Amino acid sequence: MAPVATAIEEQRKTDETALITGSEAIAVACKLADVDVITAYPIRPYDTVMQYVAKLVANGEMDCEYIVAEGEHSQFEIVKHASACGARVFCGSSGVGWMYAMEALTVTPALRIPMVVMVGNRALDDPGAFGVEHNDALAVRDLGWQLVWVDNAQEALDTALIAYRVAEDRRIFLPCAISCDGAFLTHSQALVKIPSQEKVNEFLPRYNRADLLLHPDNPITVAPQANEDWVMEIRRQNYAAMERTFGVIKEAYADFERILGRSYGNPFFEEYQTDDADVVLMGMGTLSTPVKVAIRQMRKQGKKVGFVRMRWFRPFAAEDLAKSLGRFSAVGVIDRDYSFGSPYLGGVLAGEVRHALYPSPGKRPPVLGFICGLGGREVTVPDVERMTDSVYKAAEGKVQPLTQWIGLRE
Amino acid sequence: MGRLFAIEIIYRGIFQKTLGKHISRSIVLAAHKEDKLGISFGRYGDSPERNGIPAKNFAIVATDEQTLEEGMAKYEPKEVDITIAVDDTLCKGVESWAWYGLQPVNRLLKPGGTLIVTSREQPEALIEMAHRKEYPYKLAIVKGTPSFSGLWVYKDDHTDVRILGAIARILPELFSLESVQKAIMDEWHDELKATSAGKSYERTTSLTVQPNQGNPEEPYRFDFPKWHEMGEGIAIPSIPAGHSFEDPTTHAVGGFRPDRNPTFKKFSTRTMRPVVNFDTCIKCTLCWLQCPDSCFDVTPDGLYDANMQACCGCGVCEAVCPVKDCVTMVNETEFRDNASQWEMWKKDKEGYKTWLEEKIKSHPERSHGFRYRGQYEEQVPEMLEIAREG
Ligand code: SF4
Ligand code: SF4
Repeated sequence: MAPVATAIEEQRKTDETALITGSEAIAVACKLADVDVITAYPIRPYDTVMQYVAKLVANGEMDCEYIVAEGEHSQFEIVKHASACGARVFCGSSGVGWMYAMEALTVTPALRIPMVVMVGNRALDDPGAFGVEHNDALAVRDLGWQLVWVDNAQEALDTALIAYRVAEDRRIFLPCAISCDGAFLTHSQALVKIPSQEKVNEFLPRYNRADLLLHPDNPITVAPQANEDWVMEIRRQNYAAMERTFGVIKEAYADFERILGRSYGNPFFEEYQTDDADVVLMGMGTLSTPVKVAIRQMRKQGKKVGFVRMRWFRPFAAEDLAKSLGRFSAVGVIDRDYSFGSPYLGGVLAGEVRHALYPSPGKRPPVLGFICGLGGREVTVPDVERMTDSVYKAAEGKVQPLTQWIGLRE
Repeated sequence: MGRLFAIEIIYRGIFQKTLGKHISRSIVLAAHKEDKLGISFGRYGDSPERNGIPAKNFAIVATDEQTLEEGMAKYEPKEVDITIAVDDTLCKGVESWAWYGLQPVNRLLKPGGTLIVTSREQPEALIEMAHRKEYPYKLAIVKGTPSFSGLWVYKDDHTDVRILGAIARILPELFSLESVQKAIMDEWHDELKATSAGKSYERTTSLTVQPNQGNPEEPYRFDFPKWHEMGEGIAIPSIPAGHSFEDPTTHAVGGFRPDRNPTFKKFSTRTMRPVVNFDTCIKCTLCWLQCPDSCFDVTPDGLYDANMQACCGCGVCEAVCPVKDCVTMVNETEFRDNASQWEMWKKDKEGYKTWLEEKIKSHPERSHGFRYRGQYEEQVPEMLEIAREG
């Protein structure tokens, strides 16, 4: 091999650094994963990923079918079919665009399509605000979608690679949506390490649709109409696949660490300063930043506060989480979402956390719910301090409202 | 616990959907005239919006609320007092959209229960069509051409009330003729319908069918796979392409027989079947091309033989065949098996010719209601005759 070529080869093996947004990081992951078919339809903030993919394709850096559909429903239908034919696919949307695709989103897990998508989290209409709320992605939480939240651009890139690896595992074949908070992640650039193609190739095998491949050489009928005598068995199969995701996700993170050299610890949730914590806050996505800053300040005042950031919402690592939360005397869950009329009128995550704790054989700390940062409103350090105060009171046995709105003009 | 009555109405999708509903509804309303309680419902999974597919309605009646609840707790009753088949060709069996396999028409009948059939056939013919049952049951015929309508139109030929009159006769504990007539007046405000019910009541007789009478065949059935035995992703293997086959007389191998769905056969959807004159067939391929269910086998000698397990009796082949009387749709009551016509013809051409002519000649007009304009009107005088004479 010529020396120049060797030098290039060497360079290709080492990571590069780029200043990119979370959306762009996911676009780069698509390039590294050599995605075959991508569909797009513009909606803010998801459009940031389609714009970057378009640029990569136009620059000749990426080779894929790039289809701009006439709406989100078609956008998701096209990749669904492409995936059934053996193509690695990428798609995504935001807010009501995601909701417009809902019918396609419901059939995707049932057909065991390992679609990987990005949801640029956005408040649902009305009032047509662009800012982040998590209700869009959460709308599919019961349907067999894997849902993961990330809080920085590096994690966005890495998680996208992991998502392909898990979703396309023959034991799973379930779609995966990576949630990126609108604005905070989709529109702000950070330094991201781009792994080398060799490492990615080693980590991520080609998508093999195997026995479910829609191809003339493998004559099968996909999605025939079936009546009531088949439905429970079909649902039970999806239940089993989702049950297997726990193990497959762990395997993927372990291999990711081994091959790409970055460790995420517990894949399902991140713990911050919990070792000696009295109480913890919980949340998903980029609100981790103000929470961590506030925790460092409060610790200076002697308050031992920790933070648990849920990454994987589906599957939900209930047992692990309950075990971990049993160490603290109270928990405050910050929801950037709402579930009107739900138990204790709380947010979605708060409800899930209480649910996870109820059968726990260990200690069950009181759980307070906070609705905060809706529509992209800033979650401020004083907000976090207020929440923490209430959590401490709950820890001391003082009655606190189970759901509180924080950062509201009142 | 009080007394529970269960009645099923087996009807053909679309053509008899309204009829089925009228009957089950009126049963409950008539019983309610005697302070009984009841519900009327269709088997939801039957998909009765499909042409001719056998489907079921049920009327569950009880003497008190708790007993009714016992009856309602089941999706489909395990046994019924009366089975009503509003088309006599249903006697060959019921393969619903909702399940796989063939149910004998009399499957749910209690010992001593009654099968009521609307038919112009003699009892012997109906007994032969129905599968054998391990215990005796009764058969009653409400004489008449089976009533076929459309999804949006209802042919009010009084089949509904005549059935009600027959039930009052067969199961007086359920309701009296008087209650039936009261319910008819409430529902339809029609004296003539009440009179029809009365006439039917007077004429209804039944005879006992013994366990050694009827079709001895084992109806085909199907075992459902367990959840972990099924393919994932709602993907099912396609039916294989098919193969050539042997001529039973010349032993020549050739032609093409498509493989067919082994678990869903469709023939119980049929009320008439094509009879093919192989002597006049010009091998134009049109029937083979146009059959919506790929029913035709291409024989080694280049003819087209409609497979009677698969044929749903739509009549398209008759409509497209360019040769006069080469394909003729014949009432399904004329046949007792699903054997290959082509094989019969190959073995005995003269015998087949006689058979064919006899079938075509005697084929009482059958229809899905759409074969030609004005067909119902043509049937009216005959129906009136039956109504008058019984
Ligand atoms: S009637 Fe003729 S066209 Fe219709 S299903 Fe039967 S064979 Fe096919
Ligand atoms: S349409 Fe008639 S003539 Fe043509 S192949 Fe069929 S049976 Fe023969």
